[in-house]
Amino acid sequence: MSDGATFDAIVIGAGIVGAACAEALSRDGRRVLVLDASFASSGTTAAGMGHLVAMDDSPEQLALTAYSVGLWAELAHTLPSNAEYERCGTIWVAEDDEQLEVVRAKQRVYATGGIDSHVLDARGIAEAEPHLRPGLAGGLLVPSDAVVYQPQAALHLLREATARGATIREGCRVREVMPSGVRLESGETISADIVVNAAGAEAATLTPDLPVVPRKGHLVITDRHPGMVSHQLVELGYLKSAHTMSAESVAFNLQPRATGQVLIGSSRELVGWDASINHGIVRRMLQRARDFMPALANVSLLRTWTGFRPATPDKLPLIGAWERVPGLWIATGHEGLGIASALGTAQILADLIAGRASAIDAAAYAPSRVLSKPSAGVAA
Amino acid sequence: MTYASDFVCADQADVADIAVVGAGPAGMAAAAAAARTGQRVVVLDQGFGEGGQIWRHAPGTPPAHDARSWIGRLVGSTAARRFHTSVVDLRRTESGFVLDAEQGTSPLCVQATRVVLATGARELMLPFPGWTLPGVMGVGGAQALLKMGTSVVGKRVVIAGSGPLLLPVAASLANAGAQLLLVAEQADFGVVARFGVSLWRRPSLLMQAARYRARFVSARYATGTWVSEAVGSSDVQRVTVTDGRRTETLECDLLCVGHGLVPSTELARVAGCAVSHGKVVVNAQQETSVSGVYCAGEPTGIGGADLALVEGEIAGLSAAGRGADAVRLFAERNALRRTALTMEAAFAPRAELRGVCRSDTIVCRCEDVPLGAIDPAWSSRQAKLYTRAGMGSCQGRVCGAALEFHFGWTPDTVRPPIEPVLLSTLVGRR
Amino acid sequence: MSDSVRITVDERRVDVVVGTSVAAALLGIGTTAFRVSVTGASRGPLCGMGICHECRVTIDGVAHRRACMVAVADGMQVITGAASHA
Repeated sequence: MSDGATFDAIVIGAGIVGAACAEALSRDGRRVLVLDASFASSGTTAAGMGHLVAMDDSPEQLALTAYSVGLWAELAHTLPSNAEYERCGTIWVAEDDEQLEVVRAKQRVYATGGIDSHVLDARGIAEAEPHLRPGLAGGLLVPSDAVVYQPQAALHLLREATARGATIREGCRVREVMPSGVRLESGETISADIVVNAAGAEAATLTPDLPVVPRKGHLVITDRHPGMVSHQLVELGYLKSAHTMSAESVAFNLQPRATGQVLIGSSRELVGWDASINHGIVRRMLQRARDFMPALANVSLLRTWTGFRPATPDKLPLIGAWERVPGLWIATGHEGLGIASALGTAQILADLIAGRASAIDAAAYAPSRVLSKPSAGVAA
Repeated sequence: MTYASDFVCADQADVADIAVVGAGPAGMAAAAAAARTGQRVVVLDQGFGEGGQIWRHAPGTPPAHDARSWIGRLVGSTAARRFHTSVVDLRRTESGFVLDAEQGTSPLCVQATRVVLATGARELMLPFPGWTLPGVMGVGGAQALLKMGTSVVGKRVVIAGSGPLLLPVAASLANAGAQLLLVAEQADFGVVARFGVSLWRRPSLLMQAARYRARFVSARYATGTWVSEAVGSSDVQRVTVTDGRRTETLECDLLCVGHGLVPSTELARVAGCAVSHGKVVVNAQQETSVSGVYCAGEPTGIGGADLALVEGEIAGLSAAGRGADAVRLFAERNALRRTALTMEAAFAPRAELRGVCRSDTIVCRCEDVPLGAIDPAWSSRQAKLYTRAGMGSCQGRVCGAALEFHFGWTPDTVRPPIEPVLLSTLVGRR
Repeated sequence: MSDSVRITVDERRVDVVVGTSVAAALLGIGTTAFRVSVTGASRGPLCGMGICHECRVTIDGVAHRRACMVAVADGMQVITGAASHA
């Protein structure tokens, strides 16, 4: 039975998005309860890369990620040192002249989104990243992108929320979302006028018509090799990998961590909830990394793991009211941009709930957009 | 470029009927037994040569007396042997198994129809203030380094911890010219005496203990005594030991502390073998829960060389399809197992060993995580994620057992690579 | 007279008996600090058998090699933590 405490808002999921929502809602003076089936950041958040990146696969994606990365930059000075926020920038790598043309176009798109970026020529990219293979045509440097150790960032956001009176209950799985409340696995019911489904890749188990499916990824981390990589490095083909729903794809994505370790990604596949390591995919991913950076041949690999990104058919997240259930709001479906988009998502959600205009137009993320279509699952 | 997502070996592979991982007593016995039946056997070992840890000998130096006939059997057999080889993954394929390994800095891939895991054990190291100082080593650690060419002549040595390794290693160090100051066994006198009494069924073990004791009569042997602190600036200079009431501080150059052995089960676990209470579960034929994967020696339960040899022979015969020939060995194995269980209980670390740690005592050496950074209410997964304890180079091998002792955590799922491995090893040379 | 090989440790030339591990060779010349920990403390060998990873040094350009698992070889170049900040 509930202990009698009353809440204005229940946030389901203490991952990075749930934590950010809890912080934003508590900042609006609401009494927030955060429920997590396991422990804070135990799901997709634990597995992610922590890349705070402005992503330009669509104007709406760029608007959200640019806004959110900006909010991360404002938060940075209050983050504890173990959140390892580092404004190292991203370099999108152009292998040949054709890709360099794509890079120039990308720079213009970023500019429309208010993001400053610099085209690097062959010498420029070699100077910026001496360990990249020779012969690359250049790249696009986005200096405002950053990286963060997101489990500690999520804990920080939760601490901010609890300092304003929020309550966190871990090991508490929600079985059912009801109008203005939830029922837990234990049978206990808790009421609140606002319920936020921030359950990530599992969101559709609570809100069945949400078109969110798990999109599995692999990551590998190395031992400490300081000086190997200075920026997050991404191949241009990453966008194609992330934003077409093919069976299986691998794209070069490298991140320097504050420890001197290198995080090597990325892969995508739709295999339900099978978390096992796919040896062939890991090998492809590592081979691609070595293709771009031959010096990686001698790095020591410590660990591989997998995670499930919450993926939607139109590649945009779901942020806003779910009209089918009174009081229910959705904040999920970020695919590989959950950490980057978390702060922007939370602020937009808080604004929508409060009836304020949000800093960017949020219409494109409205969950209602999926309700007008037949729920045929994820389009291929 | 296109890649098959399920290809087996990046480069050339060793193909065998039976792959044996580990060339200690269990691995040698398994490989020799299997090779005798005509099976194609390959033995993979991380070390410099045959013998494992207990029978380690530097290349060019003669092995221990007990080891000679077994090493002779392996070397004289048709089994292929690969040293400096770490196996980082074991996977099932359509026709059997593939083992991804690294030999030195090069890839080595093995395909085999059946596998015998003889991956041995490692020392249980428990944290105490100052344990990270250079000059503080494990008991088996000091023995290993001694055998590989380290000189301890004139060094003032204190040996502490628990279990049957303390006396033989003390004797080795004394024989090698060390000035042995103290051997401190944390188990109480009553326990050690009972251990002596209960060994009446195994006279050879008792004889060994007396032999070692005589060799270093000048050193003190204290029971119910453990290390509370090591101190030094760049190296260890002093150690304080206590029996819970009094303390004593000794100046030393080398402090060896170890609390018995812990099975090395990572390869079994990554292959999906069932593990219970830290031991690989095997049936009477030494087969694990994964059909075609056998396990022998310390990973099935610490029991010393005699037990490992018998289990190894059973596993080798069973893997070779000669399980019926192994039945005659069951009685000896079962008797040795009973003795082993007695010893395990006798030397379990006492609760006071938790209390010597302070909040700034490092528990994860790879990531420098102090005990105070870990919330006892966390699960092991939370501790890893929030503090990085267990996420470093040793992949939780040292701190895992220590954190289990302090917080009762059981080990997490194991994913490949089970040892750090060069990227070029996993993708193969071009 | 045992065979010996010549290795270099932090640019210091050392003759070592064949069959010696790199860890034993380093201890033999009085090197007790093999690497520097993440908070800057000196560390040396602990387990002697490849489990603890405290004895990591750079050997012939490859970082994070466990000195206790590698045999000395003629011409080998070893760099310890103090020099390479491993």
